[in-house]
Amino acid sequence: MENNYLADLWNSSPIVCVVLTGLVLLLVESVRRGSGRLSYAVSLVGLASAGVLIVAVGDVAQPAFNNMIVQGPYAQFFTVIFLVTGILTILLSRGYLDRQGIHRSEYYLLVVFAISGMMLLAYAMDLIVVFLGIELMSICLYILAGFMRTRGTSMEAALKYFLLGAFATGFLLYGIALIYGSTGTTNLEQIAKSFAEHSASPMFLVGVSFLLVAFAFKVAAVPFHMWAPDVYEGAPTMVTAFMSTGVKAAGFAAFVAVFMRSFQYAGSPVNDVLAAIAAASMIIGNVTALAQVNLKRMLAYSSVAHAGYILVGLAAGNADGFMGILFYLVAYVVVNVGAFGILSLVEDSNGQKLSYDDYAGFSAQRPFLAALMSIFMFSLAGIPPFAGFFGKYYVFLAAVKADMIWLAVLGVLTSLVSVYYYLRLVILMYFREGSGDVAVRPTWAAMLSIGFAAYLVIQFGIFPSIVVDAALKVF
Amino acid sequence: MLDNYIPIFLMIAVGVLFGIIMVKLNEWLGPKRPSEEKLTTYESGMEPVRTARERFSVKFYLVAVLFILFDIEVVFLYPWAVSFKSLGWLGFVTMTVFVVILFLGFVYVWRKGALEWD
Amino acid sequence: MTLQAVLFYLLAAVSIASAIMVITRRNPVTSALFLVLNFFSLGGLYLTLHAQFIAVIQILVYAGAIMVLFLFVIMLLNLGDSQSLREVISLRKLAGVGLSTAFLLEIIYILGFRVSDFPAGEVTRGLEIGTVEYIGQKLFTDYLFPFEITSILLLAAIVGAVVMAKRKLD
Repeated sequence: MENNYLADLWNSSPIVCVVLTGLVLLLVESVRRGSGRLSYAVSLVGLASAGVLIVAVGDVAQPAFNNMIVQGPYAQFFTVIFLVTGILTILLSRGYLDRQGIHRSEYYLLVVFAISGMMLLAYAMDLIVVFLGIELMSICLYILAGFMRTRGTSMEAALKYFLLGAFATGFLLYGIALIYGSTGTTNLEQIAKSFAEHSASPMFLVGVSFLLVAFAFKVAAVPFHMWAPDVYEGAPTMVTAFMSTGVKAAGFAAFVAVFMRSFQYAGSPVNDVLAAIAAASMIIGNVTALAQVNLKRMLAYSSVAHAGYILVGLAAGNADGFMGILFYLVAYVVVNVGAFGILSLVEDSNGQKLSYDDYAGFSAQRPFLAALMSIFMFSLAGIPPFAGFFGKYYVFLAAVKADMIWLAVLGVLTSLVSVYYYLRLVILMYFREGSGDVAVRPTWAAMLSIGFAAYLVIQFGIFPSIVVDAALKVF
Repeated sequence: MLDNYIPIFLMIAVGVLFGIIMVKLNEWLGPKRPSEEKLTTYESGMEPVRTARERFSVKFYLVAVLFILFDIEVVFLYPWAVSFKSLGWLGFVTMTVFVVILFLGFVYVWRKGALEWD
Repeated sequence: MTLQAVLFYLLAAVSIASAIMVITRRNPVTSALFLVLNFFSLGGLYLTLHAQFIAVIQILVYAGAIMVLFLFVIMLLNLGDSQSLREVISLRKLAGVGLSTAFLLEIIYILGFRVSDFPAGEVTRGLEIGTVEYIGQKLFTDYLFPFEITSILLLAAIVGAVVMAKRKLD
């Protein structure tokens, strides 16, 4: 068996590029300690070159390294999401880290390694690669969550995330082992081929349900969402931003790759379970978000709710659902980077000024940022003409087409609930007098990234066809 | 194949039994006349100053974690060494990449002073 | 019963007993020592199942390295008084126990009584695939990509350990 390793290397070059960026960052930090600024530049250049490579490699599906990974439209679509979130996060992070006094090059290093892990999930064609990708991503995030070492809440977040995450990894590994035991392979393509033969095997089904638990944990879906509020609140705000965007997208990249592309479960009990998880996430996420005072916690519960909406697409299990998931993820990711970016600008160096009340009268002090924040909130609530609306539209459409009308109705109803807590912020910003002044000193890079995120939200809201075309090519 | 391991199993069994028998025999045969002096912790003749259960510094932990991570690296060298000949140059390159990547980690740890006792 | 079966059941009994001791002992150091016993008996179990490589790794990494870490954590936390480990039984915990027992029984039922579909070829191949040579051969050809990624995973963990535990970072 002769493998053409050079071709494999070329097909996986975006991953290799990101990994090399991480190695360069490690060298930089080894040679000159405390070189945060240089690392900032290196990581941006590295991620941008990976972006160039992903375009250069093309979108013809090609397996590499003995069918361990597959370069193709699916990997490309998600990699673009990861790289864009990564770059926006890094641009926003520098000023934030400076203000919090934790500007160290390890931050960029861990973000870059986490992105390489996410990319593995998008490229994965083998359950072993899925496992390694999830681990690589998660380990980096456990550390990032506790990056603010002197703050108790940050350490608490890291510990909680780590303990529960390790538990979820156990489920993932056990599930993979059971699936391997019943099919004799870990390759997703081969599992898909022999799916009909194994789908009734109890061992296989237990394996599938374990994978379901692990993925539901990673995307913070009910009932595996308990970690989300505390971790989101305790972690440094830009890490939370990265967690709620990149990690969520990566979790769904793996979820969709394994469940929609490899397990043809349509019409099986797995579908009902997915629908139940989706419904529970939508209800619990939205209702609990109503009661929050802290905006990071509110966005954490909102992220649980959005995981539910995306799972509606997964439960529908049809082509529309697939497209809906991709669109929804793009819309959600862009909005959340922007919203958390603004939170990180307003937050003071003690980790305060994160509650609803701190935003009273925000529009008088910072009219531009307040306008952008309103755009993000409208999009999260799913109000047209912003990107979030089309995301919801497509997943609900998919549910209706898959004869799950109750799920679509539930989705619409819970969206109505969500309007309350999203618009509450907008009303506070515009129609209340502010008590104190909010000291916001954004860097140019931060303003540019938040502005860019808002631009994308409007662009995709008015011309959804850009994303839709790209998503249709993937299926 | 398992036959090869029978001596090892026997060795372990004999070792465990011998240990248990000796301790129990001692307990059973030896006379017991305890006094306060005798019941103090045996520290090779030194007077015990305070309890041995002291809180360790987190520094030990860092060393232990680093030890485990490099230990896992060594685990991969084992099957590599066994099938080194049949793997040929490709195997050599593979392992070189692996070791170089972890060597970068080692350089990082060193330069960061994580091996120093500050 | 063959020697292999005798050894298997003996080691299985030892590993279950030691695992129970790990969670019932009050003194954390005693628990840790029973964990060592558990790791060793698991190593033996792997051996009886012809997984020689895993057996060696089990002893080297788990009984060796991981145990050191366990003891360090015990020292680090310094749970001095074993009384502090006394647990209070609450309704929540009882519910947890009930759920996990139900789950365990379910798994035992499904995996123990309803599985008859092991791929036929795999069982006989078990003799071959446990050896170090076979693993070396596979790991550096078919599984080359995951192998190299493992180094990145370890690297991230190294950086993480330094970031979290180093007292003075700059």
